[in-house]
Amino acid sequence: MRLFRALFGTPGTAVLTVAIAALLAWTVPSLLRWAVAAATWTAENRRGCAPGGACWAFIRARLGLFLYGGYPPAEQWRVNLAAALAGAALLGCLFARRRRGAWFALLLIGVPVAGGTLLAGGLFGLRPVPTADWGGLMLNAVLSFVAVGAAVPLGTLLALGRRSPLPFVRGLCVALIEFWRGVPLLGVLFMGLVLLPMVLPQGVTVDNLVRALVVLILFASAYMAEVVRGGLQGVPHGQREAAAALGLHPLQANLTVVLPQAWRIALPGVVNVVVDLFKDTTLVSVVGLFDLMGVVNQSLKDQSWLGLAQEGYAFAALLFFGCCLLLSLAGTVLERRLRQRPEGG
Amino acid sequence: MSTPASLPAGNGRGLARPPPPARRPSFKAVAWQVLAMLAVAGLIAWAARNAGDALARRNIDVDFAFLLTRAGFDIPFTLTTWASSDSYGYALWVAGLNTVLAAALAILLATLLGLVLALMRLSANPLAAWTARATVELLRNTPQLLQVVFWYFAVLQVLPGPRASLALGGAVFLNVRGLFFPAPLSPWFGYALGAGVLLALGLSRLLPRLPLTLTAGAPLLGATALAGALTGWDLPAMRGFNFAGGWRLPPELLALVLGIGIYTAAFVSENIRASIGAVGWGQREAARSLGLSPGRSMRLVVLPQALRTLLPPLTNHYLNIIKSTTLGAAIAYPEILQIFARTVLNQSGRAIETMTLVLGVFLAVNLLVSAAMNRWDRRLAFQGR
Repeated sequence: MRLFRALFGTPGTAVLTVAIAALLAWTVPSLLRWAVAAATWTAENRRGCAPGGACWAFIRARLGLFLYGGYPPAEQWRVNLAAALAGAALLGCLFARRRRGAWFALLLIGVPVAGGTLLAGGLFGLRPVPTADWGGLMLNAVLSFVAVGAAVPLGTLLALGRRSPLPFVRGLCVALIEFWRGVPLLGVLFMGLVLLPMVLPQGVTVDNLVRALVVLILFASAYMAEVVRGGLQGVPHGQREAAAALGLHPLQANLTVVLPQAWRIALPGVVNVVVDLFKDTTLVSVVGLFDLMGVVNQSLKDQSWLGLAQEGYAFAALLFFGCCLLLSLAGTVLERRLRQRPEGG
Repeated sequence: MSTPASLPAGNGRGLARPPPPARRPSFKAVAWQVLAMLAVAGLIAWAARNAGDALARRNIDVDFAFLLTRAGFDIPFTLTTWASSDSYGYALWVAGLNTVLAAALAILLATLLGLVLALMRLSANPLAAWTARATVELLRNTPQLLQVVFWYFAVLQVLPGPRASLALGGAVFLNVRGLFFPAPLSPWFGYALGAGVLLALGLSRLLPRLPLTLTAGAPLLGATALAGALTGWDLPAMRGFNFAGGWRLPPELLALVLGIGIYTAAFVSENIRASIGAVGWGQREAARSLGLSPGRSMRLVVLPQALRTLLPPLTNHYLNIIKSTTLGAAIAYPEILQIFARTVLNQSGRAIETMTLVLGVFLAVNLLVSAAMNRWDRRLAFQGR
């Protein structure tokens, strides 16, 4: 009864309800018919797909490409292993009751070292896989992971520098932060592509992945710096004074007293930066890398699967949506757990 | 993401400032600064020398005089006149106008749709609130580039050709070539519309007690009718294989505006919701007990107060929209990045100059707007509290 009154209580509400219900009744069934009822799940090529529905056979045929890009199929277990490792470390950070510091160290140091070795190969008898073959969702994940991992310390340094009493250091940090926040990411990706090889000595070549990565790291650091600065501002000044009164060196005071509190305050903002960065890694497809967006764009030009843009992009959107939701969820869990134990871990 | 303006700066004093420096800089502080200065100078000098070597090897130098030379390429969509004999410098202006057009339309769309989504989300109607929430979550958790490309390749590029256009009332047509709509023939149309907008703004300001539909709606409607009657109309019509006459918005522009605008609307709606929520319930109750209708208490009491906390994040979103217009390069919309970092760079090989221009334009706009915003924010905060 209360629900009925909420939906039809006043004439205005009733009109709104009817209008939205009509809109949903018009779109949802036809969407479901396209995506499920009339869809084709197995087919050899485009001609095998029923015309009125989605052609998910295309996604099934190209799934390996979407997830791993050009990574050799025989070696894809290495990607899976690296992903499992990162996932386990992340879960450890989120749910471990004790020794959380060790889990964080594993995530921030162990996973990059082990994951990098696994993915690039060349050591321990692993076949080397050139970065040009890296692609698909895996590339988005690698780019985001490395960029965030580097942006947290770099951004913290920039934030501390921005609050420094030394005018030159402060000016330098302000200039760096404001530059990177004031330019479009795609613009600086182009800049990295064109100018980075130019400012390095002759004979030093950087592959495209590293160029994009350098730009992403600096870009994310600037946004991270502003979020951490907000956290630093939230730490009461008395904390720093108390640390000084205990005889801690300013560096020690920052590391053990101020920053842990600042990071905890900044955590929601940090999660936002991570989610935004993960979505923005799709921009590397415009500068010639084959991340998920890039391989979808490329697959749509495949002669035997022409004209399937809706299916391709819908699937990519679904993957990104799921990943972003997981990231936000992890952020919420971490926030709650840090609040439970305010003495930190 | 937060601007300096959106930080919890309070009255702009106190917390945000670094602690005051010691009266006399210590030797250590000076030494650190000199060290940092030397490191930065060394890095810049090293990079500049390498760049100089690279330029010398290719036998070119850094010279912006190329902007005055003949461009020699075509720009598929322009707001002003463009011929391939025009200069590179003029191409920057033409591409800049395209960027401004895309940004302005996207800002309009993001604001209006964001307001609608926020009001739906806040409404007591559970169906409206739930629909808005699902839409917002879907929009803000998928990449912006994906949405732009989806609109372009999955929606606009699969529209029927000109012969089978979707027609709206026989004057507006949508097909794979873009959106066609009638163009007014005389400039009086613009003048009359402008006068109507001014009149609407003035009347709704002067007579806040009358309903908005009367004070703002009547002048706008009247001006539109008058303007429509004053001018003749150039109607788009099929001629040969395509439409001729009227105005055309190309599918690249439509996809860019829809992609960026709708994506940003999700974020804008969250900010509007938060700002409205931050206005105390007592304000609303007080407005109601004074006898104001729900709509007018929203418009006269809640929204003006919400605007103060809304403005910094809203500006931030607008700046993001301006930066995001560069995504047009993914679907070949002729905006600044596409024209300069692609066409001009490929044609002239002047990497340093083109990238400086492109990034400089965006950086200048961003810094100027942020600075203006910070000033305005400080003024609002000062008056309000």
